[in-house]
Amino acid sequence: MASLNDYLLVSGLLFASGLFGVVLRRNIIIVFMCLELMLSAANLSLVAFSRFNTVNGLPDYNGQMLVFFVITVAAAEVAVGLAIIVALYRARQTIHTDELTSLKG
Amino acid sequence: MPSYLFWLFATVMLIGGAAVIAFRNPVSSALSVVTCFVGLAGLFIGLSAFFVGVIQILVYTGAVMVLFLFIIMLLDLKDEEKRAKGIAPLAAGVGLVIAFVVQLIGVLSRTPNKSAPALNQETLAAAAGHFPVGEKIATSLTAGRLPDVQLIGHTLFTQYNLPLQILGVLLLVATIGVVALSKKQAE
Repeated sequence: MASLNDYLLVSGLLFASGLFGVVLRRNIIIVFMCLELMLSAANLSLVAFSRFNTVNGLPDYNGQMLVFFVITVAAAEVAVGLAIIVALYRARQTIHTDELTSLKG
Repeated sequence: MPSYLFWLFATVMLIGGAAVIAFRNPVSSALSVVTCFVGLAGLFIGLSAFFVGVIQILVYTGAVMVLFLFIIMLLDLKDEEKRAKGIAPLAAGVGLVIAFVVQLIGVLSRTPNKSAPALNQETLAAAAGHFPVGEKIATSLTAGRLPDVQLIGHTLFTQYNLPLQILGVLLLVATIGVVALSKKQAE
């Protein structure tokens, strides 16, 4: 069985690829998907910690509760975020961050 | 989970994650996210978190990514492929990622490595003593099976009851918010 550091390394690499996407891409939908990748990477470390830290011989279910809450909040966040993106597209006919510069001084 | 399965699922997940950034077509990116999440669900199940793995497939790959695909196709973005990429975001991204990975490897090389505690017939049967005799959790544990869903439900409805109610209210607020946001604005 893989060790805790293997899981943390894989989760860190997934987080890094999500971070890279957020910085690199200019399409808001793809930026949003990369944010989901980063949330999932955090979930992977939480589940790994839960499995590797047993309480009374069972995995620590407090960690998995946090994952459950993160997944639910992420689902709500996606619904609201995509509604905002659709409203933005209706108002501006673009979802490229390069063209959304009305807040620029 | 055997080690080769861990590396298989981890590779699927990381290739999916890299493909999200590499593809220029948003639909391909969304399908790469699906691939990534399927690999991730495999890792969850390998960690004996069966409920979380199934939820990952149902909620993320099932609901969330279908919503993404729906919005991508609704907006019908065609000009993505023609755009030139700037060098500044690429340099910033590569710099950030290199800094992050260097720190990650530095931290991981200094922390003591831990191998998984055993989760077999003896340890599970020993854990059965912490639950009421004759109920589903205790009988499954005595039989040497991990009643993952029952244990999650037990924790959720005893220790985390108030957060669960708050989460319900949050979902209601999100639903109302989405309806309010997607209504046509009066001019």
